[in-house]
Amino acid sequence: MQDFATPMPTTQLAPPDRARLIVPVLLFVALALAPLLGFLGAERYVLALFTRCIIFAIAALGLDLALGCGGLVSFGHAAFIGIGAYAAGILTASGIDDGFIGLFAALAASGLFALATGAVSLKTRGVHFIMITLAFGQMAYFVANSLKAYGGDDGLTLANRATLLGRDLLADNRVFYYLSLAMLLAVYLFARAVVRSRFGRVLRGAKDNETRMAAIGFNPYPFRLTAYAISGMMAGLAGFLLAEQSEFVSPAFMTWQRSGDLIIMVMLGGMASLDGAILGAVFVVLAEEVLSGFTEHWRVIFGPFLILVVLFARGGLLGMLTGRRHG
Amino acid sequence: MAETLLTLDRVTKSFGALRVTDTVSLDITQGELHALIGPNGAGKTSLIHQLSGSLASDSGRIVFDGEEVTGLPMHARARRGLVRSFQITSILPRFTALENVALAVQSRSGSSLRFFGDAARDSRLNQEAMEALALLGLAERAQTLAGTLSHGEKRGLELAIALALKPKLLLLDEPMAGAGASESEALVAILRALKARCTILLVEHDMQAVFALADRISVLVNGSMIATGKPDAVRADAQVRAAYLGEAG
Repeated sequence: MQDFATPMPTTQLAPPDRARLIVPVLLFVALALAPLLGFLGAERYVLALFTRCIIFAIAALGLDLALGCGGLVSFGHAAFIGIGAYAAGILTASGIDDGFIGLFAALAASGLFALATGAVSLKTRGVHFIMITLAFGQMAYFVANSLKAYGGDDGLTLANRATLLGRDLLADNRVFYYLSLAMLLAVYLFARAVVRSRFGRVLRGAKDNETRMAAIGFNPYPFRLTAYAISGMMAGLAGFLLAEQSEFVSPAFMTWQRSGDLIIMVMLGGMASLDGAILGAVFVVLAEEVLSGFTEHWRVIFGPFLILVVLFARGGLLGMLTGRRHG
Repeated sequence: MAETLLTLDRVTKSFGALRVTDTVSLDITQGELHALIGPNGAGKTSLIHQLSGSLASDSGRIVFDGEEVTGLPMHARARRGLVRSFQITSILPRFTALENVALAVQSRSGSSLRFFGDAARDSRLNQEAMEALALLGLAERAQTLAGTLSHGEKRGLELAIALALKPKLLLLDEPMAGAGASESEALVAILRALKARCTILLVEHDMQAVFALADRISVLVNGSMIATGKPDAVRADAQVRAAYLGEAG
């Protein structure tokens, strides 16, 4: 036994790893400067492209929280994007233009859908969880397809973007871009806080070793459900922004391929790192844009690349950049 | 006479035709170190599983601290102070040793629905966790990833995690398994120190350790409890000698 009179070794942790801040800071600076890249083409085009990057980065961050940190491989996250988008679209179609109401509705609808489907899905594990989330995602897809009043499978065109306090600020693509970027930053900081919090530690622990967590008195279920709901709401936020940006909503937002794309973004960028999710989303959106310029079969090029990254860079793109592997 | 902390009342469990736990009844008294011994395959680990809640009994009752816990899941039993350690160490490999223990402290403190504040810098959690680590001589390894600790250190960490839960009853499943002679001696000293803190049910093959530590010993053979009593009485029991000690030499 050790003598308690001897001073305890310090419980102070090492100072924050500055190297870990470099990637996110660079990412956000790059995104803030991206619209100024005039040589890429017309400003309208560049803004639209990078707004898509940001929107999918928000959704990928949400998925990373569930998949990377919680070990919950959701194959139905596109449904949350679609639900957020339809919430915005249906409100606008009903004459309610206010952005705050739209945002609230998108978050509430996606959050409730995540709670309801998560409550069932999280009773299962592994492949079953993947399949059941896929099934719920497909259900949402076919419901959207059947919404005759809102365009059915043709989708729904929004008459205008939402207004803020009665002013049509969002009509300006540049304002819309920086507002989206601000939301990405907020989501990122929130996700970072959650992962490091007591809550996040239980979530990560349950991914590592569920039995151990039960043995020390934790029931992982409520923690996973909460994380799944938060994750779904982030994707719902992305859907809201996507609808507002494109002024269009369609069932195509919520296909299972889109859910797969989100998983690819997270895996490619580097799971459980959050930075990686942003990196992966930006990379995939840009790669699709560039490669589809050469050929409509762009996935033929992208697929092998993805395989190489998964095989040889276990930490994803982020791991390649920082030489670090995230858990 | 101290009060009874845990009561097993005719607990039974079968896997098909094999009765791994056959109407086992047992009382564990507050403050004692109770050893559970028996030859390989006697059903000791199955019994521990049923006590901790990872395996449901077919029939019988388990009463802990005045409350029936028979139907409760593992996490609910752990919260009530019925804590187990694992035969095969079962730590969180990608967490540091300190974090492994701090999570246990966090579980007991009961405020895990906090979404802000860096848990790794929570000095209240870390302080208690460090005390548990220090008790097992692992203070210097606090910032090491648990997966990279040596086998002996993992075993110590396992105990530190259990301790940090401030258990009322600690179920120890072969803590000496695979330990060398000197390591075993150190573990006996540690267990002796733990004895002052909580009631312990110790499953162990190392007879030297068992007889050095136990207040009472129960002997399980083929799923049945054939004897319970003071070490000397158990050592002298003819049935035990025939069934177990004789075999072991």
